[in-house]
Amino acid sequence: MLIPCPYCGERGADEFTVIGAADPMRPEPDAPMEAWVEYVHVRDNAFGPHRELWHHVHGCRQWLVVTRDTRTHAVHGAEAARR
Amino acid sequence: MGHYSLFSLLKNALTGNRHWTPAWRFPEPKARYDTVIVGGGGHGLSTAYYLAKEHGITNVAVVEKGYLGSGNVGRNTTIIRSNYLMPANTHFYEHSLKLWEGLEQDINYNAMVSQRGVLNLCHSDGQRDAYARRGNAMRLAGVDAELLDREQVRAMVPGLNMDNARFPIKGGLLQRRGGTVRHDAVAWGYARAADRRGVDLLQNTEVIGIRVEGGRVRGVETTRGFIAANRVGLACAGNTSRVAAMAGLRLPIESHVLQAFVSEGVKPMIDTVVTFGAGHFYVSQSDKGGLVFGGDIDGYNSYAQRGGMPIVRHVMEEALQLFPAMSRLRYLRQWGGIMDMSMDGSPIIDRTPIDGLFLNGGWCYGGFKATPASGWCFAHTIATGEPHRLNAGFRLDRFGTGRLVDEKGAGAQPNLH
Ligand SMILES: Cc1cc2nc3c(=O)[nH]c(=O)nc-3n(C[C@H](O)[C@H](O)[C@H](O)COP(=O)(O)OP(=O)(O)OC[C@H]3O[C@@H](n4cnc5c(N)ncnc54)[C@H](O)[C@@H]3O)c2cc1C
Ligand SMILES: [Zn+2]
Repeated sequence: MLIPCPYCGERGADEFTVIGAADPMRPEPDAPMEAWVEYVHVRDNAFGPHRELWHHVHGCRQWLVVTRDTRTHAVHGAEAARR
Repeated sequence: MGHYSLFSLLKNALTGNRHWTPAWRFPEPKARYDTVIVGGGGHGLSTAYYLAKEHGITNVAVVEKGYLGSGNVGRNTTIIRSNYLMPANTHFYEHSLKLWEGLEQDINYNAMVSQRGVLNLCHSDGQRDAYARRGNAMRLAGVDAELLDREQVRAMVPGLNMDNARFPIKGGLLQRRGGTVRHDAVAWGYARAADRRGVDLLQNTEVIGIRVEGGRVRGVETTRGFIAANRVGLACAGNTSRVAAMAGLRLPIESHVLQAFVSEGVKPMIDTVVTFGAGHFYVSQSDKGGLVFGGDIDGYNSYAQRGGMPIVRHVMEEALQLFPAMSRLRYLRQWGGIMDMSMDGSPIIDRTPIDGLFLNGGWCYGGFKATPASGWCFAHTIATGEPHRLNAGFRLDRFGTGRLVDEKGAGAQPNLH
């Protein structure tokens, strides 16, 4: 599996670590408990394209949002994880 | 479909083995069952068996999208053990180990249960202390555990490289009652035993919808039509999130791929199960002689039933560090299975917010050893509507109440459990 790092080009997946779903957003500190449970524990677990956070730990050390198909492992793209 | 015994073996041998009958029926789906179990893996089949045996509920169907045992029950590395630290886990897995010990008589099927021991290696004083603590916790709970020193480990497993520079072997925690079980035979044995008690096994029947009306489950839509049921139990291993989503549920689960490997067959080399937790490698030897081994999950979400090369290389490197003699072996086969990794690394056996819908999932990479107790507890939960004491720690709402069962202390990070 090759990850197209926007800074380094296509690199083998073993240069990266992956932390999981990119879309859950950290709630406000005073958000209700359900919002926190949802953020910390509940996942869509997509069957198909999945936006996820990868860290180019053995490369440029940047965090990326990679879109990857969980059925085939096909990587559709990667962008810097900046909000 | 008679009883298997020495007598039936002799009788069939003397009549040219022409009169064996199929081990189970291939029935047409009925319009309605009391209970439908989704998923014909180890857990679904054992649930159906214990529903019939322990609770007298026999109007049951197991609905399986492929053939029986095509999922993880036929893909795992066959290790059974009950060497857990957290109380909820210790008691549950010990119950499972006890059921394994009597399983073959109970289901009248040779599952090749082999209590050859499971040895966890340790490499530092800190790790040994942690194992001493775990062993003590196990013994307090009535589970067998022995702490071995370095020389005892060397004597027990002669091929080990004791003096790796980074991970010298300092000892190990041994559970002698742990071991291996022929995984396919577990699926076949439970299938046959359930069928003999009247359970319908519906293969090549995929569940494509769950009908819920007024907060109550009414049945399942399948590729062979609608099947009505008052109670539906999900036991879909790596596909739990997808099937639960058919009823509108969202779960604390991610699907991940785990790989396993088998070498060519060689003479007896390792007569126990050795795990190298510090490096993510474990190995045993099958009765055919092949070394069966594996390592860590690949780490990314996947439904692909195959993994990537980095883990293959990593597992091979660790194999050679631990057992230098393995450098002479060729590996024959490699495969992957999809497991539902839960957010605390422990399973879920519970009812759901939908009346009549029950959930069994989140087994991570360790659900094979749980097969008997999982089915036993799930059957109890479905039959009575309430979890048994043994699965009371595995409730779905624990992720909201904070009563997590995080054996590794890794937090809500499924790829670290
Ligand atoms: C490589 C590998 C090694 C492992 N090693 C070990 C080990 O050594 N020890 C251990 O304890 N555990 C191990 N495990 C984990 C263990 O295999 C699983 O936790 C366990 O088998 C899961 O339960 P099951 O047997 O019911 O799953 P499965 O056999 O996967 O059963 C689930 C079934 O549900 C069916 N299904 C899914 N969706 C639908 C649908 N929509 N309609 C109908 N049917 C559906 C699937 O086809 C499948 O047959 C390992 C797993 C893997 C992948
Ligand atoms: Zn980079």
